[in-house]
Amino acid sequence: MMNNPFSRGKAMMMYQTSQLTDRRYDAIRRRMRSLATAGLIFGALTGLSACVQVSAPDKPIVINLNINIKQEVVYRLDGDAKDLINKEADIF
Amino acid sequence: MFEHVKKNKALALIGGVILTAAVAVPVMAQRDPAYEAARASGKIGEKPDGYLGYVTSPSPAIKAVVEDINIKRKAAYTRKAQETNSTVEQFAFTSGCNLIMRTVPGEKYQTPSGTWNTRDSSAPVRDSRCP
Repeated sequence: MMNNPFSRGKAMMMYQTSQLTDRRYDAIRRRMRSLATAGLIFGALTGLSACVQVSAPDKPIVINLNINIKQEVVYRLDGDAKDLINKEADIF
Repeated sequence: MFEHVKKNKALALIGGVILTAAVAVPVMAQRDPAYEAARASGKIGEKPDGYLGYVTSPSPAIKAVVEDINIKRKAAYTRKAQETNSTVEQFAFTSGCNLIMRTVPGEKYQTPSGTWNTRDSSAPVRDSRCP
């Protein structure tokens, strides 16, 4: 209870106590540690949310329609395309 | 009795010949003169996507011709895409590759960057995926 660094009054008391005793550095260390823990949690949370955001913008791939046309498909359809152009010469 | 069969056979033969001729006629169909003239004058040209495009702002007559042909082309691409198990865009694009290749000197075609080029004796500028 006495060591709770989040309680201001207690922290002050602790600080004052530590001023008089050897526990001074101990108290500072505890505070630093709790700060570091909070920082770590915050970092982990931001890191996690950043990961989620990275996977989200996958969709707009559709922007370039031509990406859907692969060269192998064009090669496969080439004969049929030539055939159509020859057969329906009035519209080509 | 056999004469009857013979007569039917002859009738079937005549019918077959007429049918073949009817099917063969569209194969020999050629371009509409207005379409041919618009192509030759460079007012319209072939686009990489397999359709006709306007090089200059079109007259109502030319617009009508191009729209009519593009609708017919889309119908043909759609049919062939189903036959070949591909998408309309894929089949249209492949046709576009061929149609640009078949332009004759003096006719216009659109390059992948969007500019209109006049076809000369050299090879046309086409998409890198064209065969």
